Amino acid sequence: MHLAYPTVVAALLFSVGVYGVLARRNAILVLMSVELMLNAVNLNLVTFDIWYQDRLHGGQVLTLFTIVIAAAEIGLGLAIVLLVYRNRRMVDVDRLRDLAEDTARPAEVEREAEPVEEAAP
Amino acid sequence: MIWLASLAVSLPFLAAFAGMLFGPSLTRVLGGRPEAPAPLRNGPALIACLPIAVSLVLAAVAAFVVWRDPGERTGELTVIQTGSVPIRVGLQVDGLAAVVGLMVCCVALAVQVYSVAYMRGDRRYSSYAAFVSMFTAAMLLVVYSGDLLVLYAGWEVMGICSYFLIGHHWEDRANSRAAVKAFLVTRLGDVGFLLGILVLGTQAGSFEIDEILRDQGALSGTTTTVAALLLLAGVAGKSAQFPLHTWLPDAMAGPTPISALIHAATMVAAGIYVVARLYDVFVTSTAALTVLAVAAVISMVGAALAALAQDDLKRVLAYSTISQLAVMAAGLAVGAYNPAIFHLLTHGAFKALLFLSAGCVIVVAGSNLLAHYGGLRRGMPITFWSMTVGFAALAGVPPFSGWFSKDSVIEAAQHAALHGGESTSATALHRFSVDDTSSLQWPGDVVPTFQKLPSAYQSELSIDLRAATAVVDLPAGVAWLVYLGLLLTVALTAAYAMRAWLMTFFGEPRGTYEIREPSRFMSWTVAALAVPAAILGFFGLGKEDLRPHLGAALLSVLLVAVGAGAAYLLWNRDPALDPARALGGVRPVLARAFYVDELYAVAIVRPVQALARYVVTFDRRQVDGAVVGTGRGARWLGGLLRVPQNGNAQTYLTGLLAGVVVIVAGVVIFL
Repeated sequence: MHLAYPTVVAALLFSVGVYGVLARRNAILVLMSVELMLNAVNLNLVTFDIWYQDRLHGGQVLTLFTIVIAAAEIGLGLAIVLLVYRNRRMVDVDRLRDLAEDTARPAEVEREAEPVEEAAP
Repeated sequence: MIWLASLAVSLPFLAAFAGMLFGPSLTRVLGGRPEAPAPLRNGPALIACLPIAVSLVLAAVAAFVVWRDPGERTGELTVIQTGSVPIRVGLQVDGLAAVVGLMVCCVALAVQVYSVAYMRGDRRYSSYAAFVSMFTAAMLLVVYSGDLLVLYAGWEVMGICSYFLIGHHWEDRANSRAAVKAFLVTRLGDVGFLLGILVLGTQAGSFEIDEILRDQGALSGTTTTVAALLLLAGVAGKSAQFPLHTWLPDAMAGPTPISALIHAATMVAAGIYVVARLYDVFVTSTAALTVLAVAAVISMVGAALAALAQDDLKRVLAYSTISQLAVMAAGLAVGAYNPAIFHLLTHGAFKALLFLSAGCVIVVAGSNLLAHYGGLRRGMPITFWSMTVGFAALAGVPPFSGWFSKDSVIEAAQHAALHGGESTSATALHRFSVDDTSSLQWPGDVVPTFQKLPSAYQSELSIDLRAATAVVDLPAGVAWLVYLGLLLTVALTAAYAMRAWLMTFFGEPRGTYEIREPSRFMSWTVAALAVPAAILGFFGLGKEDLRPHLGAALLSVLLVAVGAGAAYLLWNRDPALDPARALGGVRPVLARAFYVDELYAVAIVRPVQALARYVVTFDRRQVDGAVVGTGRGARWLGGLLRVPQNGNAQTYLTGLLAGVVVIVAGVVIFL
């Protein structure tokens, strides 16, 4: 099998993931897109493991690691999403703006330096 | 010899610190009440009076030694290497320094003793006494200094002490303003003085006074003229001569003993003393002498006229000080070195007396204004007679001290006027011949107890002659101006002295106070000072150029009679009124001293204030504006960058990705 097929599939998969992460508004779908990206990477690892005929199968081993990490990550991510949902009754990423500066109380209050009156008359 | 002088200088200096640090605790140790201790249990007073008394003894011993064995003694304490002209910290005792030092110590002791009573109960007495000690030490340093820079140090310390003392009652805004004015005006002159010292020192290659006087013949005429004129600026500032005289009348804001100290012994005497000290430098410069003479004539006549119309007793005396110092300056300008120094000494005696007795009057009457006095002679005889002696000496009534000294100045001025420039050279030659024998010609009629002092004075003055051998080259017109100015001043002085005397002591009392003698400390000090004020003049009899001459003497007595008589006749018409009413429309002009203060206010103070205000505005608008503007600019830029930070994590990631793509593309394309 030519190397192009799996790599192109992986690239497409990764692109779909990137698009999902950047553009989807539902937090769960964003997490799923992250999974897509991870799996695209896994596909690449397996492909090149076969392609290089690595005797120790480092690519495949690393893929197993990635799957484990992805499982842990998705668990954590879903827990966060659940908490968000409990607090706000929605998981719309676009409306989660807590990272922004609080516009009601700007970081540095406009403390207009009042001219200090000189001691001399 | 030098250790005598060093001790005399350092004792009051140390006393100043000791009094400030330990004075109040000494009071407690001695068991005095802290707020108003008895004089003998008053710690600050003891620490102030005893050292100056010891200094007086030391100065008297020094003067005695110089009298027995005339000549100049110099001593070097240390040399400060500066890389170019070294500073020799040295003292010098010669005739001039010895007599002036003695005079300073006498007056300072009198002032300290007097202050014990005058300032009793004052909260800040300990700092007051300490500053008086410091003031005295600084003046003694000026007097005994052998090096111009050491002299300058004393000169400056005096300036700052005068500031503190004039502003002693700083709670009153007017007093602190007067202190600032005195400080700033004298400072203005000091700038010139320092420059003059530097010019002299660098050109002569030494700051030592002896060295400069020895080498000054080698200096170019321009250098000496420039140096002398610059020094004159400092002299005019300290001695309150014409352009810079305005601080002195305002300095009356200080306590009265301070006025006595400033006017008689320390501050103002320093200016004249420095001219006498560097006389050879001044003598070689006709321009400097002419400036000195003209400033002196303006000061003496103007101040005497102003004194005529003052309502405040202390201000009358203040203007009389300006006038009398101008007489000395005029004497120096016409080459009358000895008479000028003689007048400095007699003036020190009678002006200290006048101020201290004025203090007695003020304490009793509770007012400075002449209009509140009257009839005081009945209740306070000691003050009355002492002040009478003082006024007589001031006006130049024979045989009081002022008559002798003023007369000898007038005589010299007359000589200079009649014989033009070369007259003084004749006098100088004449002095030479008299020089060796004069110290033996004591007047036989002097009281025996004072035999020592007069001889000391005598001998000092005869030593001084040697310093003044140079020919004074003054334009004849200026000499005439000086002579006529002196004569006019004599009449005016008699008039204002008479007016102040009559208004204070005669007529009916115009106030509701009890007329009595003040504390014994005060009246006795005054009485003691009356003695030298009365008889100091006789000490000059042994000296040819200090002896009264018939023509000049008769003329000045006549003028005194005219001035005093006019004042008396005006007063006699209605003793309840001020004789100055006869001045009519001129009176306000004279009372404001020809509006010099107002002129300065318009010409100097207001422009400077306007400039200061402009600078403040410039600072606020431009400098502060630049700083604040930088801040605002940074904030605005930050605002621009704040827009992308909208809290949407996806936007951040998009930006991140775009950045990575750009970098990768750049790497791929360009590498």
